[in-house]
Amino acid sequence: MEFLNAIVALANFVLIPATSYGAQLALGALGVTMIYGILRFSNFAHGDTMALGTAFAILITWGLQGMGVSLGPLPTALLALPVAIGLTGLVMLATDRAVYRFYRRKKVVPVILVIVSMGVMFVMNGITRFLIGVDEIRFSDGARFLINAREFKQSTGLDEGLALRTTQVLTVVTAVAVVALLFWFLNHTRTGKSMRAFSDNEDLALLSGINPERVVMYAWLIAGALATTAGVLYGLDKSFKAFTYFQLLLPIFASAIVGGLGNPVGAIAGGFLIAYSEVAVTYAFKKVVSYLVPEAWEPSGLMQLLSTDYKFAVSFTILIIVLLFKPTGLFKGKAV
Amino acid sequence: MTFLTADSMTGGYGAADILHDCTIGVDKGEIAVIVGPNGAGKSTAMKAVFGMLTLRKGRVTLDGRDITALTPQDRVAQGMAFVPQTNNVFPSMSVEENLEMGAFLRRDDITRTMEQVYDLFPILRDKRRQNAGELSGGQRQQVAVGRALMTEPKLLMLDEPTAGVSPIVMDELFDRIIEVARTGISILMVEQNARQALEIADKGYVLVQGRNAYTDTGAALLADPEVRRTFLGG
Repeated sequence: MEFLNAIVALANFVLIPATSYGAQLALGALGVTMIYGILRFSNFAHGDTMALGTAFAILITWGLQGMGVSLGPLPTALLALPVAIGLTGLVMLATDRAVYRFYRRKKVVPVILVIVSMGVMFVMNGITRFLIGVDEIRFSDGARFLINAREFKQSTGLDEGLALRTTQVLTVVTAVAVVALLFWFLNHTRTGKSMRAFSDNEDLALLSGINPERVVMYAWLIAGALATTAGVLYGLDKSFKAFTYFQLLLPIFASAIVGGLGNPVGAIAGGFLIAYSEVAVTYAFKKVVSYLVPEAWEPSGLMQLLSTDYKFAVSFTILIIVLLFKPTGLFKGKAV
Repeated sequence: MTFLTADSMTGGYGAADILHDCTIGVDKGEIAVIVGPNGAGKSTAMKAVFGMLTLRKGRVTLDGRDITALTPQDRVAQGMAFVPQTNNVFPSMSVEENLEMGAFLRRDDITRTMEQVYDLFPILRDKRRQNAGELSGGQRQQVAVGRALMTEPKLLMLDEPTAGVSPIVMDELFDRIIEVARTGISILMVEQNARQALEIADKGYVLVQGRNAYTDTGAALLADPEVRRTFLGG
């Protein structure tokens, strides 16, 4: 019984939240890796792309709610997501046309593109705040829990409750579907294969008649779709705040680099690695441990390695360790 | 007028010219080989023919059409195919996907051409699901040549196809190249292994400092005592 309680507590406070956070990071990192693979630079504007896409989704959600449309137990934002993805895609293409294409034609070195993307980041950040404000926004509606902590306790007779939120399940299910679709696209369609070819060997892709502008266009559209999806899922699961999304850039970059830049499988693995580490290191294990050890051994401290305020240090540390010992990432990617 | 004529090409990468009045031609189903010492401009001549270098003077015609102003991509559409010396495969894609990418511009059924490539290089059929980056040097060269053949080109250009492969593999590659030429495809290649290359060549061009030094049939160049002494090591 004590052992079961420990497992339930661990699942409730570590495994479940970390899994949904990992799925959100993985989607974000996939977008970063996609741009790195095709355009060969680290896109610093990705966090704010997520914020802008989510802002679109929230505005549409409000519109739908105003008209009385709802999805029953599922959040209304799910209906708004496709439209938001479309809008973000347009913004991506417009940005590419107005900003990045100029530098691409000049064949600038990647580090200049990184700086350019920081400029885009600031502009997008401003637009998002202007559009929807700087406050924290909760836009999740529908059924809040799939498994309620109190009902779980009553039905199992355990002391520990297990709560499973709708948004957590939704996050994981959507992430799996999106990743499956993305891999199918990359491995089985002509356009997807041409994108992989372009990422693999740009010169040879040109010799084979692959149109670089088309490949770049698809890369932006996919990155925009992934960013919007990741942003909406994160916002549903927690809340939306423009500044939080900007801060997400660090764990997302850490995920992409740890997994190996340009490698989609690596981005997913990296996302979960960072998420589990972050949650595990900042969780106070006192409760779990006290279920497992005799009363006399019960720890007096919180058994928390790091305060949650320092959670970004976790991504940073993992990032530095990987860059020191395996600069191409855990799954063979490109060296930064 | 030969099938491919690159007439008195002059040009280089920057201010200084590397090619000076260099002339190269290949006829249908023929093998033409460019040889010469290091830095003679062999690869540059090849790039100039393929449009990767802007010429100050001279013109390139393919099948009677002036293609001097076309980009490399447009030349691929005109029936030219180029196998670069290095980085000539997509390493993280399977052999089959490499061939598919070679045929990217084609909208018709490519299975027949793919079968022909597999018949030419049987080892690729066995390894078609394997990533090209995991293959040996010789097998990778076969993938590179196979990829280029997927567009069903009229002219195949090879930049040092045997660089870095073992002598046995080299002989086999040359045999395959002869086989390709027999199907009516013209072949223009740059080779470091001058003697073996001239043995299979219908035409040989010896370049020295970007100029045509000797031009003749492969056999005649091999027999020429001056060429033997200066370029083939006796």
